[in-house]
Amino acid sequence: MTSHPADMTKDLRDTDLDDPTLDGILARTWETPRGFYGWLATVDHKMVGRRYIVTAFVFLALAGLAALAMRLQLSVPENSLMGPDLYNQLFSMHGTTMMFLFAVPVMEAVAVYLVPLMVGTRNIAFPRLNAFSYWVYLFGGAMIWIAFAFNTGAENGWFSYVPLAGPEFSFGKRSDFWAQMVTFTEVSALAVAVSLIATIFKQRAPGMSLDRIPLFVWAMLVTSFAIMFAMPAVMISSTMLILDRLVGTQFFNPAEGGDPLLWQHLFWFFGHPEVYIIFIPATGMVSAIVPTFCQRPIFGYQALVLALIAIGFLSFGLWVHHMFATGLPQLGESFFTASSMLIAIPSGIQIFCWIATLWLGRPILKTPLLFVLGFIFTFVIGGLTGVMVASVPLDLQVHDTYFVVAHFHYVLIGGAVFPLLSAIYYWFPKISGRMLDERLGRWNFWLAVIGFNAAFFPMHLLGLEGMPRRVYTYPAASGWGEVNLFISLMSVVFAASFAVLGWNVVRSLRHGIVAGPNPWNAGTLEWAAPSPPPPYNFLRIPYASHREPLWNDRDSLPVVSGLRVDARELLSGSLAEATPELRESSVDNSIWPLLAAIATTAAFVGSIFTPSAVVWGGLLAAIPLIAWFWPKGNPEDEE
Amino acid sequence: MTRHSVADVSGLPTSGFGATSPMWWGTMAFMAIEGMGFALGVASYLYLAFLAPEWPMAPPPDLIPGSLVTALLVVSVLPNHLLDRWTKAKDLKRVRFGLLLMSILGALPLVVRWFELGALNVNWDTNAYGSIVWLLLGLHTTHLLTDLVDTLVLAALMFTRHGRSGKRFSDVSDNAFYWDFVVGTWVVLYLVIYWFPRI
Ligand code: HEM
Repeated sequence: MTSHPADMTKDLRDTDLDDPTLDGILARTWETPRGFYGWLATVDHKMVGRRYIVTAFVFLALAGLAALAMRLQLSVPENSLMGPDLYNQLFSMHGTTMMFLFAVPVMEAVAVYLVPLMVGTRNIAFPRLNAFSYWVYLFGGAMIWIAFAFNTGAENGWFSYVPLAGPEFSFGKRSDFWAQMVTFTEVSALAVAVSLIATIFKQRAPGMSLDRIPLFVWAMLVTSFAIMFAMPAVMISSTMLILDRLVGTQFFNPAEGGDPLLWQHLFWFFGHPEVYIIFIPATGMVSAIVPTFCQRPIFGYQALVLALIAIGFLSFGLWVHHMFATGLPQLGESFFTASSMLIAIPSGIQIFCWIATLWLGRPILKTPLLFVLGFIFTFVIGGLTGVMVASVPLDLQVHDTYFVVAHFHYVLIGGAVFPLLSAIYYWFPKISGRMLDERLGRWNFWLAVIGFNAAFFPMHLLGLEGMPRRVYTYPAASGWGEVNLFISLMSVVFAASFAVLGWNVVRSLRHGIVAGPNPWNAGTLEWAAPSPPPPYNFLRIPYASHREPLWNDRDSLPVVSGLRVDARELLSGSLAEATPELRESSVDNSIWPLLAAIATTAAFVGSIFTPSAVVWGGLLAAIPLIAWFWPKGNPEDEE
Repeated sequence: MTRHSVADVSGLPTSGFGATSPMWWGTMAFMAIEGMGFALGVASYLYLAFLAPEWPMAPPPDLIPGSLVTALLVVSVLPNHLLDRWTKAKDLKRVRFGLLLMSILGALPLVVRWFELGALNVNWDTNAYGSIVWLLLGLHTTHLLTDLVDTLVLAALMFTRHGRSGKRFSDVSDNAFYWDFVVGTWVVLYLVIYWFPRI
């Protein structure tokens, strides 16, 4: 970096530079050096976001394979393919991976990539924390799957109830690996949440007051807050669990004054919001995609923002019934019913606003919009069965049967995976510079919608007939064999839709139509950057003149000037109005986040085997953390 | 698409204190997360306490070491705020002195904490009461330790040439802010651990 003449002038500004010169200098300032080392040390939110997304899909594939193995076992009655022990591990690994390693991380991953672009800045806030978060996530996920390969995977379902998971009933290290996997993923999720909140609060482009923030960004802000207040609960409870198992604490042991219900309270304080932590970003994606394919602004922006915030709050309220239910059954029940009904109001407002936008616009039926329609359709069915589960007499009837399995797959796949697939088709051109193929996209869509509904709808019937969940087989006399075989076959169809997506991605990366900056003629700022965006995102920091700046002025983008370009610098502004306050430096690439993640991993994994690992692991982790913060004499450090 | 400049930001400063600085918000966020962790820890304590036929399930912890820790922490708030004031005035000499002082004031409670652990009158594996008390103390000790390391690193940093940058002053100010949080959470934990069993 020292050889370029531009570096001779310290404190070079963009004001008087022409575009090609500016591009050259900014590219050098913000680049990730080529080669393996550069790849490991990068703090570019786009590279981190991309690998986050890819990794989350790898975990989706692994959990999907576990699901297919279960379906193979269940396809005929009294199947001897596997025993209960392996089956227990399979459904636990499937549920755990889907919830902790796929659904939450993938939403954060998309946000890591998109939010800085959408708010018009050059990198995420705390880029090294963000890089650290990815490595911790990767190592935690790899750890549990490697443990599974050695027959030490999770075995007590995705919520790992005590006493089943406690020291008396769960032998060996299986539950310890599960508990530490939770710690890993929560650390990484919290780190991303902090980075996103600071990015959204402080780094928005000038002009982007609160009422001009894109809805996906709003959704991620609410999600990040929900993560901040929900995840500590599961970290505390999994720490208690591992302490009970390793050093003989008595948190969940009734004989010594502990209480297994404490686990359930803490876990569901996290577990209820968790579903919304997955669902809120998905609705944000829909709110970003619908206006583009209607070529008109969203109907009811303010109502949608309020709905997002309301859902964020109410998602915690749902847990409170747990507490009420212990002492005050009557009040508890009505509170539960009330908050379930309350959350239906903001959800209903969202659906209404989307449908109104579709109604008022002229919808263009490209693949992203198809998936949105599939989402609305599936979600309504999921909502209906949800109302059924919420009614007490029926709940007693279907409790722990396949009805419940059907219900939550409708909510999770219909409510989160379909919007996610829509988002992949929508933003792939931004990330890769090429369009995904439309014909394959339609195949993908129809296989997914038909395969999904065909595989999961019959599970409602099985549940009503009394087939329990979490059983590795069932008697031939039950008469459930044919339906189960059908479900298993349709699961393969559903899985095939993901194979089509994979093929579409691989093919389009090479042969897809070149996208250009704004292939869908969308209105928000990420489409003002080239596709794929250069390391510095925007040649000049944009000025957000409008909620859809690119629709407001279609020929010329308002920008600000005066930023330093020979060092990594971006704009930081006020919370409400985004009035610029600082020329804020942004840290350079660094290998230390990776090394800190390795040290943290050693401490976490070590603590599964010996409590002393907390001490030496902590000391070990302190070294890279200090090195990470210590200034290296870059221009960024001297401001 | 062409671009047209609508504003010039070249005159803006490159560092600021408090809500102006993104790092302050990061610190706030971490305090919220940790505060939530403490709140849930205290909630678990109370939950177990209300469930138990008698509480505490051992003699209550001796008052002296814990109260001494509390006194040390509360007293440290004053120099901490002086340090913050010097930081905002960018008075490097005083900031160096203040950081050294705060390093000592951060280490002292840790020394007393060692005796505090010996005076709890219960082990972590004796019963659920012992478990939750040790968990709360463990959480807080981790906070004391990390903040001490942070203070030591910042102190070392301010004695190098890097100490002159405006960003570093803002870091020191955030660290002081965080210390207030460590003290504040301890006051709550102190009341729960030492006085709740006595009422
Ligand atoms: C290829 C698509 C999928 C198939 C075929 C599938 C199949 C299954 C089956 C058969 C079970 C129940 C096992 C039992 O109770 O005996 C199950 C459980 C579960 N699934 Fe899926 N699933 C799929 C996708 C997903 C997705 C995308 C998610 C979440 C985002 C998910 C989340 C869960 C959870 C949380 C459980 C509960 C695990 C437990 O009991 O602890 N699944 N899945």
